Amino acid sequence: MSSAQTNISDIAEPTQRQITNDFSITVATVNGSGSQTSNLTMMRALFKMGIPVSGKNLFPSNIQGLPTWFTIRVNKDGFLARREESEIVVAINPESFAQDLDSVNPGGVFFYADHIRQSINRADISVYPMPVQKLVRESGAPSSLKDYIANMVYVGVLAQMIGIEMEKIKQALEFHFKGKAKPIDLNYGVVQAAAEWAQENLEKQDPFRVEAMDGTHDYILSDGNTAAALGSIYGGVQFAAWYPITPASSLAEALMDYLPELRKDPETGKNTFAVLQAEDELAAIGMTVGAGWAGLRAMTSTSGPGLSLMTEYAGLAYYAEVPIVVWNVQRVGPSTGLPTRTAQGDLTATYFMGHGDTQQIMLLPGSVNECFEFGWRSFDLAERLQTPIFVLSDLDFGMNNWMATPFKYPDEPMDRGKVLWEGDIERLAGNWGRYRDVDGDGIPYRTIPGNRHQRSAYFARGTGHNEDARYTEDPQDWEMGLDRLKKKFETARGLLPLPVIEKMEAAKIGIIAFGSTDPAVQEARYTLAEAGIPTDYLRVRAIPFSPQVADFIRQHQRTYIVELNRDGQLHQLLTLEMPDQATSLVSLAHIDGLPLTAKWVVNALQEAEETL
Amino acid sequence: MSAQTTTTSPRTQVNLVGLGKTDYKGNPSTLCQGCGHNSISSQIIQACYELNIIPENLVKFSGIGCSSKSPTYFLNRSFGFNGLHGRMPSLATGAMFGDHTLKGLAVSGDGDTASIGMGQFKHVLRRNLPLVYIVENNGVYGLTKGQFSATAELGLELKKHGRNPYMPIDIVWEALASNATFVGRSFAGDPKQVKELIKAAFSHNGLAVLDIISPCVTFNNQDEAMHSYSWGREHEVALHDLAYVPPAEEIMVEYEEGEAKEVTMHDGSVVILKKLGEDYDPTNRAEAIRVIEEANTGQVLITGLIYIKPEQMSLIDMYNLPDTALNRLPEDRLRPSAKTIDKVNAMMF
Repeated sequence: MSSAQTNISDIAEPTQRQITNDFSITVATVNGSGSQTSNLTMMRALFKMGIPVSGKNLFPSNIQGLPTWFTIRVNKDGFLARREESEIVVAINPESFAQDLDSVNPGGVFFYADHIRQSINRADISVYPMPVQKLVRESGAPSSLKDYIANMVYVGVLAQMIGIEMEKIKQALEFHFKGKAKPIDLNYGVVQAAAEWAQENLEKQDPFRVEAMDGTHDYILSDGNTAAALGSIYGGVQFAAWYPITPASSLAEALMDYLPELRKDPETGKNTFAVLQAEDELAAIGMTVGAGWAGLRAMTSTSGPGLSLMTEYAGLAYYAEVPIVVWNVQRVGPSTGLPTRTAQGDLTATYFMGHGDTQQIMLLPGSVNECFEFGWRSFDLAERLQTPIFVLSDLDFGMNNWMATPFKYPDEPMDRGKVLWEGDIERLAGNWGRYRDVDGDGIPYRTIPGNRHQRSAYFARGTGHNEDARYTEDPQDWEMGLDRLKKKFETARGLLPLPVIEKMEAAKIGIIAFGSTDPAVQEARYTLAEAGIPTDYLRVRAIPFSPQVADFIRQHQRTYIVELNRDGQLHQLLTLEMPDQATSLVSLAHIDGLPLTAKWVVNALQEAEETL
Repeated sequence: MSAQTTTTSPRTQVNLVGLGKTDYKGNPSTLCQGCGHNSISSQIIQACYELNIIPENLVKFSGIGCSSKSPTYFLNRSFGFNGLHGRMPSLATGAMFGDHTLKGLAVSGDGDTASIGMGQFKHVLRRNLPLVYIVENNGVYGLTKGQFSATAELGLELKKHGRNPYMPIDIVWEALASNATFVGRSFAGDPKQVKELIKAAFSHNGLAVLDIISPCVTFNNQDEAMHSYSWGREHEVALHDLAYVPPAEEIMVEYEEGEAKEVTMHDGSVVILKKLGEDYDPTNRAEAIRVIEEANTGQVLITGLIYIKPEQMSLIDMYNLPDTALNRLPEDRLRPSAKTIDKVNAMMF
């Protein structure tokens, strides 16, 4: 008898109140033990019950052995940002046991593997032991799989104790194991045995339960990297070079998973694409620039350190005007930083990426659906503008599953930009120049290697060049070229995705944010409005900014810029862009590696309002 | 607009595709008088003319440095990209996927390849990108005025930097170690051999490295320096007398039984290697490593076709691409049809 079990009888009076579809579950396990399967199974089962759900994997930079946590939030009203508190904690890892016990919200629930013999000194929570080892032994699983299926025990116990439907768990397992009967049966067997054990041996003492509802009917579950890869495929990606890095690897891997299915020529069986794992990020972007120059829809995907390595080529692509798409699935920097944690810290690094006068264009997806949409749209923009397009996703989007509406087929035909083929050169009687601003929008015309007209070729270079792509060091030529690039950047403002603006009645203050903080900001606005602080909200989706951003700022007494970094990088860029508005902009920046919570936004904003 | 359009007068001699030598010309060189690189540029022009390559069917690449400026001095009608220092191989790798029917020609230097670019050089070799990769190797940095490069020999004395204390890198050896499928070494002072090697290299379906000792007349042409004209002339030992015979052309070179070796290339052309000294089999990698080791210890500039493996699959061949160039595929072959989106959504949970 462990001291823990003695404690069960000491628990305070169970409350009669029921709390349905509104709480968080944190599962504490060991990295590499297969717990991701169990956690996703729970999340998917809840989703299939129609309950709005989100899941965040807080994992270490490690293959096996270190503590890892997975947080599931269910919320009937659809508020799905991460919460700092957990009502239900599942402790499977002896190493983090004490910390996990401490983390249970007062009045919450603690499930633990009963072979962990550590004292449980909380009288304010419900405590349930789980005979993990016993149930694994009885499952008859081969010893090589025991560790993996051990994590199915808590799925079964929780299913019984909070009411997750077994049928939905079965569906989730069928999906996860792609219909393979053997692993499905083995895992489901453990879930069933655990649920039966709980039914016979545990008495419900806590108020937390789930109940089927109709809140996910029109949704799918997907992670942002998969969405980005699929979007890119619908954007006609032809060439992708990449180098493994957390949290971007699964984007390129998703390309490799889905391209053969979607982009093999049905008649010839030939591939209309090539994916190449490069030797490093320098080479990955180099190959991408080569392919983009040669007329292919070319992309690479990376994160922090890889982005740093890509800087030199980003400058070349900017100046030589080569269309490429770079996905930056942001993680925490500086340096190697926190490779498995999320951030929005690469805004300024990307904006100014390259030495000399460079200005890069960024798209900022704010949902998994926008990861898909910007997947295809980024190619249109890159080819229209003949410049790199950086899409800044982050680890929270990239590696976590989110509820999303079904992916929507592109509603615009491809825009291949200003390209001259043989007939065009012939029509122009060979009178064209690679860097001439013919249309007054700063965007020149280009030809592509393989054009067989004898006046089509030009010599691309990162060195000084004139309108006809000839080498020059002439002061006037240089300035003219750079000014045209600036003009092109201004043209981009009008072509990029517009911000999303949401208003509230009587709002005097504004909030500007971007990317994966959207759920936290949305929830914070709800809470703030309840507390008498209505807010308007603008979500930036691209930089350079649309004129709508400046208008929004002018319309509000104060505008809070909420973001996941230390220096308030979006705030910095806005201040640079509209110095006359600098005094009305207030930075609310935060970086601890975890997805932003509504609570943090509410507290930070209220505190700022009070100190005014 | 046909490729046969020529800028030469009707009287000028033309090749089989109707082009004269001037159709292969570039801008006037801005390199120093007597620079080995200029001589190599001339041989590139001559080789392309003789191979009847239509300039629009070729694409040029280079990195940064004196060598990398030279692609502006030949084949003005070809597309080209003068990229970043040491990063040309990746640029070429991506670009060659655009239209796989194009021939690729890259020019780099010893700094560009063996110092800053060693990583990309080795990886483009192991991937076997179809590309003629010429290293104009002079052991010194020219544009930055006379610093040692990674191929400078131990003990080389340079005016400003004194004595080189480090061991050199041998580009041929590095290529062999990286599973190169075509490796040649030559000397800018031996233009005939340079030209024949370039022609053979264009017939190779994979990466063909030519390490060409190309003296820098301004910074590293002292008689005793191993990258100088005089050292090259005194120490060059050709492995064989090389003759390139295009596909479907009769072999006119005369030689006695056992005097020469024929290597049949991927495109059906034949390289005839006429014996000069000992027997040499360029398809034997161990032999290749041996002659390079012996040349280095014996202070000899060994030249010729050092190694060839004609049958290895090229990078582009590995990708099962359509016959139509990727960059000519229309939208309906690039964007999956609208009906596939439901299937994709059904694949999500």
